[in-house]
Amino acid sequence: MAAKTELLSRIAAGDGHGENSSYFDGWKAYDSDPFHLLHNPDGVIQMGLAENQLSLDLIEEWSINHPEASICTAQGASQFKRIANFQDYHGLPEFRQAMAKFMGQVRGGKVTFDPDRIVMSGGATGAQDTLAFCLADPGEAYLVPTPYYPAFDRDCCWRSGVKLLPIECHSSNDFRLTREALVAAYDGARSKGIRVKGILITNPSNPLGTTLDRGTLAMLATFATDHSVHLICDEIYAGSVFAKPEFVSVAEVIERDVPGCNRDLIHIAYSLSKDFGLPGFRVGIIYSYNDAVVSCARKMSSFGLVSSQTQYFLAKMLSDEEFMARFLAESARRLAARHESFTSGLREVGIGCLRGNAGLFSWMDLRGMLREKTPEAELELWRVIIHKVKLNVSPGTSFHCDEPGWFRVCHANMDDDTMEVALERIRHFVRQHQHQQQKAKAQRWAARAQLRVSMPRLGGAAASYFALSSPMALQSPQSPMVQAAS
Amino acid sequence: MLNEIRVCDPSWLACEMDHLMNQPEPPLFGVVASLGRGGLVLGSLIPCALFYFLQLYIKRNRPPQSPPPPTRPGSPSSSAANATASPIHRSLSRGLLTPRAALPALSARGAVVRAGDEDSLYYAGLRRCADDLYHPVSNPDGFINLGIAENHLSLDLVGRWIEEHAGPALLEGMTEERDLTVRGLATYQPYDGILALKMALAGFMRQVMHESVSFDPSQMVITSGATPAMEILSFCLADPGNAFLVPSPYYPGWDRDIKWRTGVELIPVPCRSTDNFNISITALEIAYKQAKKRGIRVRGVLISNPSNPTGGIVPRETLHDLLEFVAEKNIHLISDEIFAGSTYGSDKFVSVADVANELEEYDKGRVHIIYGISKDLSLAGFRVGVIYSYNENIVAAAAKIARFSSVSTPTQRLLVSMLSDQKFISDYLRINRERLQKMYLLFVDALKQVGIECFKSSGGFYCWADMSKYIRSYSEKGERKLWDRLLEEAKVNVTPGSSCHCIEPGWFRCCFTTLSEQDITVLVERLRRVTDTHK
Repeated sequence: MAAKTELLSRIAAGDGHGENSSYFDGWKAYDSDPFHLLHNPDGVIQMGLAENQLSLDLIEEWSINHPEASICTAQGASQFKRIANFQDYHGLPEFRQAMAKFMGQVRGGKVTFDPDRIVMSGGATGAQDTLAFCLADPGEAYLVPTPYYPAFDRDCCWRSGVKLLPIECHSSNDFRLTREALVAAYDGARSKGIRVKGILITNPSNPLGTTLDRGTLAMLATFATDHSVHLICDEIYAGSVFAKPEFVSVAEVIERDVPGCNRDLIHIAYSLSKDFGLPGFRVGIIYSYNDAVVSCARKMSSFGLVSSQTQYFLAKMLSDEEFMARFLAESARRLAARHESFTSGLREVGIGCLRGNAGLFSWMDLRGMLREKTPEAELELWRVIIHKVKLNVSPGTSFHCDEPGWFRVCHANMDDDTMEVALERIRHFVRQHQHQQQKAKAQRWAARAQLRVSMPRLGGAAASYFALSSPMALQSPQSPMVQAAS
Repeated sequence: MLNEIRVCDPSWLACEMDHLMNQPEPPLFGVVASLGRGGLVLGSLIPCALFYFLQLYIKRNRPPQSPPPPTRPGSPSSSAANATASPIHRSLSRGLLTPRAALPALSARGAVVRAGDEDSLYYAGLRRCADDLYHPVSNPDGFINLGIAENHLSLDLVGRWIEEHAGPALLEGMTEERDLTVRGLATYQPYDGILALKMALAGFMRQVMHESVSFDPSQMVITSGATPAMEILSFCLADPGNAFLVPSPYYPGWDRDIKWRTGVELIPVPCRSTDNFNISITALEIAYKQAKKRGIRVRGVLISNPSNPTGGIVPRETLHDLLEFVAEKNIHLISDEIFAGSTYGSDKFVSVADVANELEEYDKGRVHIIYGISKDLSLAGFRVGVIYSYNENIVAAAAKIARFSSVSTPTQRLLVSMLSDQKFISDYLRINRERLQKMYLLFVDALKQVGIECFKSSGGFYCWADMSKYIRSYSEKGERKLWDRLLEEAKVNVTPGSSCHCIEPGWFRCCFTTLSEQDITVLVERLRRVTDTHK
């Protein structure tokens, strides 16, 4: 109906929302057949959603012990009138102060944050969308190290019209971001006439689960300063670091390592959705060292303010420093334990993961299971995992990983029993696959063995020498002489 | 040679420079070419040197044009000082013209947004009051802020409900219900709102509109306030450079909410007091044609009903005519019905949904409603807005964009509980309407005492007051002067009609729902400071 499509804007009619990407296909499979330990033990286990459900009991306990934090209770009711009408986009002062204090606490007290630079947004999703509007105009670009969180394509680009260009990172050096790769990406963009406005990094990394080292952060800050590009650091997993090396925030680096860098370029995006397991609260934070950006983002925060009821609750909870310290430590301990049991379970069947120290997932290496080293083969394997093994894992290609065979597997969003089921399914699948491989290999050997019936059995090197010097080696496998011999 | 002599003449160069600033061609081409091979080197060097020295001279002596130094955000007093004293700064294109060393600037659109509010009296007034608000006991000389629509009249009812009902639910929920417990609230939910809330809001909207129409939860998208609801809907209906026709006077916030990031233009279509500020289809036709001539594609008509700022209710026939107009032009109709539950006059509110339902064979896919709980339920802080659309493609698109503006789950659950208490809601709506009517009449009466007549409103939180007799020159400038006097002498903040794009000077929008009866007397005294001294 021509009349109908004319009624839609380009944004509404297009697919910039990215929900047609493979990243979301698995979710659809999960939605139609969700796993439940008792009611649906054969369903799809959701391992594609990075959600931290390991430590919600601590928060539950705190909220029951602190009824004054809720405006719904008798203790909190006196605040109701003030809170109900509060829609100032500066946010509740106590919320900003508590958030600033908490962000410092998460970084081990090594940096302090200014409450006046805290700007709210609709989750981290909204933070990236707002920052893109503030920092870049349509057609301009951010450079992003691969592999990266697929939804950045939507969050940073969809409404703002900003482009994302990859900085290629490779497994050969554990996907570390190098200056060479950054320069190559930057020069590449410039040669195509694309104006680079910023570099977007996620630290700790999604999907790698690793933290950036001080040197790399310093290199980025210096590069940004030298080329006048923004450095946007998504530190949403800052509180989910469970092993060494310790987390280093860009805030710390600009303070200690590169004090001469241009701070107007540095911006941090944060949220409580990961570290806290509170994605439902929709709390996104933009922290910028640039006054103009703070001012602009704050105005735009009208489009994504945090509910005042939630601000009030969080202000109370985040300023309970003793509880926060206990929570962060305990959460890290549980994440470490979960990570260890998951990765060791994989190791049992010879599946390795990138050595990670943070985040709610592992970057699993299934390259050995690919039919061939292509993205198509990866997606083929992935479809098998979704539909036969019934696990929703996320394929590396959806993260723009240039090397097929890697998968992100989230394991902090389930209880121990479910994780055991998931591991068992993986182990079973891998063993089956290995068995099939061996069978196929044996068949291939059997076919070749008939060819070699006339060749004497010798040790490896001698055999190859002999093979080379034999007149038969000079002939192609399709030679009629070979065929005649079999 | 003639050219050689001219090259050495600085005044010639000065003229040429001025001329050449505006020309893209290299200036020395003609000069060099005419010098011949022999004098080529010298002939190139000397003019070059002179050229660059002159540019340097001109640059140094140009009057400064840089924008004012950025003030610390979040400090109302300093920004207020800027607001009232400083002229309009259009720093939009500066960001692109500044030399490399001045980067990084905000994006061009960021710069517009940042500068955006500074010339708006609507925002200037709010900033001015922020630090020194009136309180009958603690600050009797403070600013009486009649510029922002908050309903303080019935907040006690809501507060009491929450205290009595929500508290126990929160604590008991752990064992079975889990609804208000952390685990039930903490995890990822659909970005466009939980189904339970959509159902509850559908029921609430039906109640608010006197059961005249029922709403389908699957056609709803919940957003963090009506502000993002409007922006998201605009993103879905129009492309950058397109426009909406907006009968004026209209809500000043739309200039920000809709224009900032979507790139959609708002074309005011004036309504006249002689017409009771009714929407005129003829005026819309003219505006549509004019836009077309200018090459601007109109994608829809945007109205508010009850109207902000006038408080008038759009008559059924006008809604009917509007629906026909937009169908004929194949464009959208957006109706912001956020004050639907706050009616108090004799005119009965009719939703565009009601009228559209009555029309046979009408393609409702062009009809959209904006709603929210900030006004009717006095819960602006909770950030809950609604996009209601009859167009499934728009609903689908908006639901995806809503991820940037999604509502906190605890708040959603709390609302579900509250809205499900139908007895409370119907009592609340009734009592709220009574209180609104009472306060409205008191307010109108008070203004009459100082000779100010008000437009007959039927809904919303505003009086639309005609203060034209108190402005000296019947113009926007005169209106601004009066606004200024009211703010500085009477210490009363009202919204001038010009901020609402009203073409008749002298109209002011005054919110009457933040005052108590006692405050009204104080208000009258304050107004007299201006009205009594008017000559």
